[in-house]
Amino acid sequence: MKHLSLLVALCAICWQIAAQETYPRNGVYDEREGYYAITNATITTAPGKTESNATLVIRDGKVVSVGPASVPKGAVVIDAKGKHIYPAFVEPYSNYGMPKPKAEGERSRSQPQMLSNKSGAYSWNEALKTEFDAASEFTHNKDAAKALRMLGFGTVVAHRWDGLSRGTSVAVSTGDDRENMLIMKQQASHNLSFKKGTSTQNYPSSLMGAISLFRQTYMNAAWYTKTSPEETNLSLEAWNDAQNLPQVFEVRDRLELLRAATLGKEFSKNYIMRGTGDEYMRINEIKATNAKLIVPVYYPDAYDVTDPFDALQADLGDMRHWALAPSNAKRLNEGGITFAFTSSGKKDTKAFWKNIRKAVEAGLDESAALAALTTVPASYYGLDNQVGTLAAGKVASFIITDKSIFEEGVTIHHTWVQGKGYVNSAWKEDVFVEGNYTLRYGSKSSKLEVHGGDKPALKIALDSSKLDVKHSLKGDLITMSFTPDGEDGLVRLSGRVKGNNMNGRGQLANGRWIKWTANITREPLEKKDKKKKDEKVADAAEDDPLDEINVTYPMLAYGWTDKPQQGTYFIKNVTVWTNEADGIIENANVLVKNGKISSVGKSLKAPSGAKTIDGTGKHLTSGIIDEHSHIAISRGVNEGTQYSSAEVRIGDVVNSEDVNIYRQLAGGVTMAQLLHGSANPIGGQSALIKFRYGYQPEEMKYENAPGFIKFALGENVKQSNWGDNYRSRFPQTRMGVEQVFVDHFQRALEYEKSKGSKDFRQDLEMDALLEIVRKQRFITCHSYVQSEIVMLMRVAEMFDFRINTFTHILEGYKVADKMQEHGSAGSTFSDWWAYKYEVIDAIPYNAALMNEQGVLVGINSDDAEMGRRLNQEAGKMVRFGGMSEEDAWKTVTLNPAKILRVDDRVGSIKAGKDADLVLWSDHPLSIYAQSEMTMIDGRIFFDKAKDKQLRDQIREERALLVQMMLDAKKGGAKTRKPKMKHKHHYHCDHVEDELRD
Amino acid sequence: MTTRIFISILSCLFVVSGLFAQQTPAAKQTKRILYINAKIHVGDGTVIENGALGFSEGKITMIGDATRIKIDRTAFDEIVDARGKHMYPGFIATDTQLGLVEIDAVRATRDDRETGFLNPSIRSIIAYSTDSRVTPTVRSMGVLMAQISPVGGRISGQSSIVHFDAWHYEDALIKADDGIYLNFPNYFTRSGWWAEPGPVKVNKDYADNIKLLRDYLAEGKAYSELDKPKQTNLKFEAMRGLYDKSKRLYIRTDYARCILEAIDIAQDFDINICIVGGADSWRVADDLKAANVPVIINSTQRLPDRDDEDTDLCFKLPKLLYDAGVTFSFGHDGAWEQRNLVFQAGQAISYGLPYEQAVKSMTLNTAQTLGISDQAGSLAKGKDATFFVSEGDVFDPRTSELSDAYIQGRKIDLSNKQKALYEKYKAKYDAEK
Repeated sequence: MKHLSLLVALCAICWQIAAQETYPRNGVYDEREGYYAITNATITTAPGKTESNATLVIRDGKVVSVGPASVPKGAVVIDAKGKHIYPAFVEPYSNYGMPKPKAEGERSRSQPQMLSNKSGAYSWNEALKTEFDAASEFTHNKDAAKALRMLGFGTVVAHRWDGLSRGTSVAVSTGDDRENMLIMKQQASHNLSFKKGTSTQNYPSSLMGAISLFRQTYMNAAWYTKTSPEETNLSLEAWNDAQNLPQVFEVRDRLELLRAATLGKEFSKNYIMRGTGDEYMRINEIKATNAKLIVPVYYPDAYDVTDPFDALQADLGDMRHWALAPSNAKRLNEGGITFAFTSSGKKDTKAFWKNIRKAVEAGLDESAALAALTTVPASYYGLDNQVGTLAAGKVASFIITDKSIFEEGVTIHHTWVQGKGYVNSAWKEDVFVEGNYTLRYGSKSSKLEVHGGDKPALKIALDSSKLDVKHSLKGDLITMSFTPDGEDGLVRLSGRVKGNNMNGRGQLANGRWIKWTANITREPLEKKDKKKKDEKVADAAEDDPLDEINVTYPMLAYGWTDKPQQGTYFIKNVTVWTNEADGIIENANVLVKNGKISSVGKSLKAPSGAKTIDGTGKHLTSGIIDEHSHIAISRGVNEGTQYSSAEVRIGDVVNSEDVNIYRQLAGGVTMAQLLHGSANPIGGQSALIKFRYGYQPEEMKYENAPGFIKFALGENVKQSNWGDNYRSRFPQTRMGVEQVFVDHFQRALEYEKSKGSKDFRQDLEMDALLEIVRKQRFITCHSYVQSEIVMLMRVAEMFDFRINTFTHILEGYKVADKMQEHGSAGSTFSDWWAYKYEVIDAIPYNAALMNEQGVLVGINSDDAEMGRRLNQEAGKMVRFGGMSEEDAWKTVTLNPAKILRVDDRVGSIKAGKDADLVLWSDHPLSIYAQSEMTMIDGRIFFDKAKDKQLRDQIREERALLVQMMLDAKKGGAKTRKPKMKHKHHYHCDHVEDELRD
Repeated sequence: MTTRIFISILSCLFVVSGLFAQQTPAAKQTKRILYINAKIHVGDGTVIENGALGFSEGKITMIGDATRIKIDRTAFDEIVDARGKHMYPGFIATDTQLGLVEIDAVRATRDDRETGFLNPSIRSIIAYSTDSRVTPTVRSMGVLMAQISPVGGRISGQSSIVHFDAWHYEDALIKADDGIYLNFPNYFTRSGWWAEPGPVKVNKDYADNIKLLRDYLAEGKAYSELDKPKQTNLKFEAMRGLYDKSKRLYIRTDYARCILEAIDIAQDFDINICIVGGADSWRVADDLKAANVPVIINSTQRLPDRDDEDTDLCFKLPKLLYDAGVTFSFGHDGAWEQRNLVFQAGQAISYGLPYEQAVKSMTLNTAQTLGISDQAGSLAKGKDATFFVSEGDVFDPRTSELSDAYIQGRKIDLSNKQKALYEKYKAKYDAEK
């Protein structure tokens, strides 16, 4: 047994533990044992399991033993007294050693790129890069490896961050060695995301497009294995091979996480989600998905709110997130969600440890934090038999620190990787044992305090005071000097330190030589500093402003801490607009129970337990239904990159966290059809939602709603107003538009015929089109001029179905008789016109004329602002063309319910229908009417009094957060300038590519 | 369908659309006309329940309470009993591109945005088309006058005030080159284009933008002090009016910080300004009031700029300004959209703005800001007989229905292209029944 100094031990870096068998070599073999015993350490072998004064024995890159075992013969001893040892961390989400993503080619400025630029037998879509194999491409990178080791990572799972499907990842260790020795596991996972990366291909440009592409790819892949297709598709083959691996999905926020989980469920995949740190905002919903997470620990900087005008731009939701982000991990842990930490997400990883400690300070259990760095990520990739804990037979990857890893100011001295030690920052050997000593020199004695650590200090306790003792230490040689109480000159001592004892010779001021000893006593050392800190913490705990910051649903202004629940309500003495044969009933009562309208009548009595709402002088109507809306949609309203995108579904991208939902509620709107845009003739599938503000996307969708799809005609689909660069995508004329429809329906019929054949491949686009022809899905068609309206009806008739709805339909009045005959409804604006050439003949009398011809007519918004005062837009119908008030009111309630084929459940006030009700302060068609209460399914989602409360809360909370941010800035925190929140009020014709990084 | 019916439909169509297609300006007032028993909203904040209004040769000759004053009926050639109806001064649209833009998406029909950055000499009036098919639709909603302004650049150019009953722009003029329009440097900038809007960013060049603007105003002011400059600079010539206060500087901006900066600029250069837009104006209402700066609110029917703001903030903005004593008028974006200007005021009423104040902010306040209150903006003796009569409350779409309208005493045709199309197709369907 040889006691080796650290310096020597760590020369190990330049030699190799295990030989690379297949490699030739130059020189004399120098294989070593790699046999080490690291003694006297506090060893955390696994989260929650710590042994003090333990020895870790490793050999040949593997752990031999860990525990109180004695040092075996032949092992090099490293004394780690006072040090802590942890399993090295596992980075679950990295691009370490990966080639830089590079586009396959360029996209022409004037032509859409319809296919992948990649040559070879790969996917049609450039964003599907499943064939990428990280193990084949991995190269060791000394600097990056060092940076990872400095953070304590011994193992990294890396993949190339590029594309929707990014291929497979590789698990490697962070040592400096040949790649052959570093790879621990090939194909550790299949990685996916909602980012297109370097793909220059147009499709998909929206989130819903990406989701559809995944869906279709899962189906194609299944088809590829089941049948014997003529095509060879290496991407699909790679996709199929990758399906048995862990599936890791990168998302951009909590809602995308839920969306990915929903997608996964459809194909029996339970993704490991790489989130962004906002998961605490939807903890229960995420828990319900069973998803395991990888979360970063980078928190948003505080806003610089010194300037009150700048502060105006800071959004409450963002400010709350700033305050609560450090508690994400704690909340995940308490919510029973499995998560691992990743250091990825920022180039500069300096804040990584600081932020992990912040998470712990915010209440995260230390062993959960450690698990998130070790066992959890290891288990994600099946690496837990190799790394993540320290036990016999495991890979000898561990770190040595000077104190608990969660303590402020901790230093990770060593990172050992596969049995090789790498020094991040050498420790000074702590020769001193801390404690109180009795110092005897000559005939005198005195108390001596010895403080250890990086900067050891000696203090001598004299009668009157404590004196710092000047001292120097070289190895175990010590010299001290001090002036005893009441004396002039210095006493100088020189000797050796031997554990708890010191002894040697010295000279008094008078020149006399003496002997001296110092022996430790049992009296514990007093530590003042720490106490102070504890007191501080206690102080802070008393009135922590953080306690007043809550998660709300959604995490925005006007979000709820408790979501509205159903109640029994008795609305009395109110003017009821029934929309039924009873017409308008004055002084009536309405009972709401279990989310439904229970009864309506004049003589109704309030049952016990019902909450009474006095409707005296007010009007009660069913909720407004907006047939055409684009609010509450995430990342793209158009997938206009192809002329048909029938496969995409708005329902995949409902955004429950849009404040416009609340604004619509304040305007008495309870339901809306969220439509795909109008950039292509065959758009995407619509979603019918109820404005259940605070609930998650899936809960907003109206149960059992019939399927609809958006079609479009005219200038948008022919790209007339897009400038000269858009002149080549088919179609460019109305003539071409007709061909798109006939062609697609024809293909759908042929597709139907091919069902059941051996090589049948399910195609989501064709499925949707076939549903239309088979009258299981209904068309809402964006339309303006009469020719195209008639054309589409004739195309439908050719295939023996009907166009359910023409939306916009600004020249509907010119062909109202034909529409009536065909049986299609018209959902129009009240008075928009003149904004483009195809609307020069639009008239506000349109609805009235169509109505008179027996066309079912609705008034819609297509606009987040107008949507919240559709009652006025209906009022205009009385003015333009003289509709009766009841008919006018129906254009925004019962008629859209009929158009959307849900009038058996909503659209009027009738026993048994959904309790979607609005209490108006005035005649509902009047500009002076305001909603005082808006209810959906018997839950009150808007209430004037509650609204006022919320406003006050918003003001108070903003003020509090501003103060907290000012304090943070004063305390030296990094800040950023607040900026106006990116408002995204989609319209039909917004076509931005939303899938760039 | 018999031939005879067909012919009668055809002729009917000719009558209706034929009349309209000509869009003929009305003939000069020759008769002396008296309206009695109307509820007259005077425009100055007062109302006369049973009002009488007489006008002759285009000017108002008398106005008063029909139940109190003695009216010499023989002094009028025509007496109209408007019992149960409402009378309002003609509404005035501001900062609109009516007549400059016919169809937003068709470039050939757009004459509102000149290229270049500093264009004070640009004059909107010369591009103003009295033949726009859009204007009559706006006119039939009570808007009888408008300030036509250019857009674009930092300084867009000069606005002019017109009425909506004219053969050509010179006829239409109420006041030429009344002001200069300025797009104030934005504290925030937005990238992207209309179909692909990009993110909002803090404008890093804001301070530089302000400096550039101030420097330009300083040069303009210096130039204005020269009686005979060496070389005539058309741009600075156009700006002379700012410094002698014969022209107002209309500043388009929404943000509080920018409004304060604009007020500073007005004081430093001693010029008259008006804030156009003003979403944040309530936050700096005291400053606006103290500096006597009027505001043209750009739409009450719009969404708050910030998620945290009261959902109805824009609806109640007029009330907030009124309470703070700031002079304001109702404005609305764009050209065809001016048909809904009247509802911008209606929206504010249910959020606390007194009714007659809403009228005033559609009429007299606007006229005073534009500098035409000597001839328009309220119903007063000597002013232009530019007014309309509505069947009911004009601010509520349910009841808003004009029966008569006059511009400078000329009774105008309230039909328009849209009404003609309506009648054309209604006749078609009626005939088929």
